[in-house]
Amino acid sequence: MQRPTIQDGGRARGSAGPPVQALSLRKSYGDVVAVDGIDFSLRSGSVTALLGGNGAGKTTTIAMLMGLVIPTSGEARVFGIDMARERHKVLHRMNFESPYVGLPMRLTVRQNLEVFGRLYGVRDLKARIAGIAAELRLEDLLGREFGKLSAGQKTRVTLAKALINDPELLLLDEPTASLDPDTADWVRTKLETYCRVHGATVVLASHNMAEVERLAARVIMLEKGRIIADETPQELIRRFGRTTLEETFLAIARRGADEAELRP
Amino acid sequence: MSTLAGPRLHEQTGLAASARRIWSIVLRHWYVIRSSWPRTAELIYWPMVQMLTWGFLQTYLAQVTSFAGRAAGLFIGGVLLWDILVRSQLGFAIAFLEEVWSRNLGHLVMSPLRPAELVASLILVSLVKLTVAMVPVALMAWLFFSFNLLGLGAAFAAFFANLTIMSWCLGLVSAGVVLRWGLGAESFAWLVAFILLPLACVYYPVTTLPTWLQPVALALPPTYVFEGLRAIVLQGTFEVQLMAKALVLNLVYLALGAAAFAFFLRRAREHGSLVQMGE
Repeated sequence: MQRPTIQDGGRARGSAGPPVQALSLRKSYGDVVAVDGIDFSLRSGSVTALLGGNGAGKTTTIAMLMGLVIPTSGEARVFGIDMARERHKVLHRMNFESPYVGLPMRLTVRQNLEVFGRLYGVRDLKARIAGIAAELRLEDLLGREFGKLSAGQKTRVTLAKALINDPELLLLDEPTASLDPDTADWVRTKLETYCRVHGATVVLASHNMAEVERLAARVIMLEKGRIIADETPQELIRRFGRTTLEETFLAIARRGADEAELRP
Repeated sequence: MSTLAGPRLHEQTGLAASARRIWSIVLRHWYVIRSSWPRTAELIYWPMVQMLTWGFLQTYLAQVTSFAGRAAGLFIGGVLLWDILVRSQLGFAIAFLEEVWSRNLGHLVMSPLRPAELVASLILVSLVKLTVAMVPVALMAWLFFSFNLLGLGAAFAAFFANLTIMSWCLGLVSAGVVLRWGLGAESFAWLVAFILLPLACVYYPVTTLPTWLQPVALALPPTYVFEGLRAIVLQGTFEVQLMAKALVLNLVYLALGAAAFAFFLRRAREHGSLVQMGE
């Protein structure tokens, strides 16, 4: 096992177990079970989509992987670390993006990236901001307040924030929600490139099935907090005799209540 | 995508790493303060209005009563010290609320910033805001009413320390309450300091209170500060033992405030309220 070093800020790619593990992971709020004892493990460098209708348990699962929610039982592990107890050991190796979590509105784009770059301890921060701004077409926006940007521009900025520390694990919650098709496609291309170049592991929650089909090599489908399917998008589509993941998702969502468990 | 490749990170543990993360949050709030003159004016506005009101009242009373004539500085000193407590608590609480209002708390909690570092940064931000608010107002008190707050010397340092420590205790509890119950509990953060106003005996001695209420007042560190101010203004003596009592009480409250914040943060993670937090 590669040990973390001072030079790399205590990070070492691929160290200490699978990037993500859910072990009998369960979360309930009173009588409501949000996640019901799920198990999965993600391979380093993989892109996995968490799918499911509203209330299926996707957001709660991601929140437990980030350590924002403490499981009722079981464990959410990231790089072998129990996120309920020792999350600070690995938080600098991961990052996340969600259109539902904002950045300080009155700060300029540059100031926001500077603040988060410092929080993550990024070396040579000026060069890093310049580089990431060039890659994500943010140069003209660096001096503008975040709150005055369009939805597409904000998404590019939050993506820059999510990549500022060169994360090994990226958690994406509907990364292209409310974007026009062109901008959404551009964001997906950037994410694909980032994952290919860096070998980053990605967990993606999305309602956009075309996006999932394009980005994810594996789909974990949740319903009422349980995993009902865990396979590649192509396998899932084939099994249901459909042509797209969108059709497959609808077929699963509308199936009869008495239908058998979908897990292969 | 070559320029996105591999930035090295600084060491993540140790004092230097903590200081860097704390500084990043202070910087975030400093950018907001310096970018908006209305915000700066807002910081100064209420302390200035309070000081002028009480200052003119004191000037009037000094003309009509011999006591007020002897006790010049009692009201002005009281209002300036009270504003140190209130502005410091609000500085702490509003800095925290700004993260909630901008829906940025999730990013911070998900970053390597530790809870103790967040608290330390909020304390520093409260000191910055307090300085921005109180320095001009203290100067005005000196110019308009010949009351020199810094002229209190070592006593002022003791008053300042005891009031700001108490304000951080209140800030910790109010931030914890918002963490747990969300913005529905925001008004608690705005009002909590004012619960102390009648009890801390800002403008009158503890003996003015009903006997049964006096132990409550004496359990509050600010009470000793305002008693100390009256001792200086009326008798010309600095009561060190009053400040020592306030400091001991403050340390107890600070420990309780930190425990409350940690408890509420834990409960927020159990209840999932961090995920939904925002406007």
